[in-house]
Amino acid sequence: METKISLRLYVTGHTPNSERAIANMQSICKNELEGRYDLIIIDVLERPQLAEDEKILATPTLIKALPPPLARVIGDLSNTEKVLLGLSMTDLTQEHKKQGGHRK
Amino acid sequence: MSGKKNSSQISKLETGITGFDFVAGGGLPKGRTTLLAGTAGSAKTVFAAEFIAQGIRKAKENGVFVTFEESPADICRNMKGLGWDIERWVAEGKFAFVDASPDIGSQPVTAGDWDFGALVARIEHAVNKVNAKRVAMDSLGAIFTQFDDGARVRHELFRVASALKNMNVTSILTAERIHEYGEIARFGVEEFVADNVIILRNALEHEKRRRTLEILKFRGCSHQKGEYPFTILPGTGIVVIPLSAMELQQKSSNIRITSGNVELDKMCGGGFFRDSIILVSGATGNGKTLMATEFIAGGVKNGERCLLLAFEESREQLIRNATGWGFDYEQMEKEGKLKFVCEYPETAGLEDHLIKIRAEIDEFKPNRLVVDSLSALERVSSIKGFREFVIGLTSFIKHGEVAGLFTATTPTLMGGTSITETHISTITDSIILLRYVEMYGEMRRGLTVLKMRGSRHDKDIREYTIDGTGMHIGKPFRDITGIISGSPTRIQQGELGRISELFEEEKVGV
Repeated sequence: METKISLRLYVTGHTPNSERAIANMQSICKNELEGRYDLIIIDVLERPQLAEDEKILATPTLIKALPPPLARVIGDLSNTEKVLLGLSMTDLTQEHKKQGGHRK
Repeated sequence: MSGKKNSSQISKLETGITGFDFVAGGGLPKGRTTLLAGTAGSAKTVFAAEFIAQGIRKAKENGVFVTFEESPADICRNMKGLGWDIERWVAEGKFAFVDASPDIGSQPVTAGDWDFGALVARIEHAVNKVNAKRVAMDSLGAIFTQFDDGARVRHELFRVASALKNMNVTSILTAERIHEYGEIARFGVEEFVADNVIILRNALEHEKRRRTLEILKFRGCSHQKGEYPFTILPGTGIVVIPLSAMELQQKSSNIRITSGNVELDKMCGGGFFRDSIILVSGATGNGKTLMATEFIAGGVKNGERCLLLAFEESREQLIRNATGWGFDYEQMEKEGKLKFVCEYPETAGLEDHLIKIRAEIDEFKPNRLVVDSLSALERVSSIKGFREFVIGLTSFIKHGEVAGLFTATTPTLMGGTSITETHISTITDSIILLRYVEMYGEMRRGLTVLKMRGSRHDKDIREYTIDGTGMHIGKPFRDITGIISGSPTRIQQGELGRISELFEEEKVGV
């Protein structure tokens, strides 16, 4: 039994950073998380109150709400290793990869 | 006040902060961003919060407070002491916080490029929500501790600043300084809000903290130059004292008032002028307080109201002293003609004393004011601070057409000038010197009117005595020189000459 990873990505409209972050996030989700996630993308230009509630300063910001602990990563997520490190999911994905490797 | 002189294309926004708008030539440049830099404890947050608070209270302009340091709850609590109910304003939709204070324990990991897009969006959202005209951001230094990449933070702050310009708001950004006199702000933040810079200082001078405000620059606008002292009062907030910006435009009257001593009135050519400042200087025990007492009694006798600010003696001591000279202070107080304000000078800084004195004058509306003694106040301040205090007080009481009598103590028994005197003699209209004169192994007392602006006055050094009915001014000293310099010498002349002089006193005139 695995808990789904709940992720929220805060971006600002269609700025290059936002576009890159969304693309990078999608590829990380596909390659590393393989369906074990819920991803919500929030445009703070449209929903500023949500950014206020989460005290988002910099964009893009990725928040992992579940499983605990709560973790934040800022930036366009171009450095995959750091993203996983920031979400404290390196062990998790490595384990998963190993299993995936066996399956192959 | 001449706030509107020489106004260029850039208009000013009245902040409502007491005294500041005058120093700033009308207020902050409208629609622009001003950097407010200061060391720790220099009241940056108070100034920023008051900028918003006074907008709501006085100008019906709503505001947004962006906090990078303290939490909104802390700010609400701290500002309550100054009389601002921020929580209520938030509930009424007049005040909005953008909370960017750091979360303890969640340092985000950086993975790639980022910007302050969310912050800008949140500020914009808050500005629109309350229809804000004012924005304060406190403080920039705290953002740098939240992110590793200083160069990027700086660059992004520049974006925030330009976004603020587009929002059509007048804004204040606060920033830390390390030294009171040195580079404008830490982290080089002044580069992107370089148009307008205000510096708050909290310098330590002679073991006393002295707060000052300086407008370093307002690009394209006029303002007063130099440092202005300010203080923070509970219930009021920041009070800037625009001392050197005060204008010499007091009315001057030719109406004479009595000094309370008939003989002294004669020496002054008919009494003091009604709105003049008189400095009485003398050594300890020389009759300064007595002269002040007669000045008060003379006023009360004519139905005038007198305010006595005593920094050396308590009310009881003053009443006892006055009784010893035959004056009934208690009765005058009962009639509402006399009010005592007795305090140790050490209880507050000079700025606070000045504001308190102003409040007393506004409330009591005296015709005469006595400060006994100025020298006592001087010992709690720096020379500059003291001089500004006297200028501030003088200008204030002159505007109110109040006659002021200040006493100053000379350090030596014989002659010499007091430090007080040298610092403020040019500010006063009249100076009366009281001196001990040693003659034939006896201490006698001499008095002279050294200066009396706008009037003829007696140039003699007159002998006076003090008894149970007050001060009695007698004949001039004729055969003595060097009284004022403190080394009286008798002029050698025949005994006969001296005797004949007793009959013809005006012969050896000056």
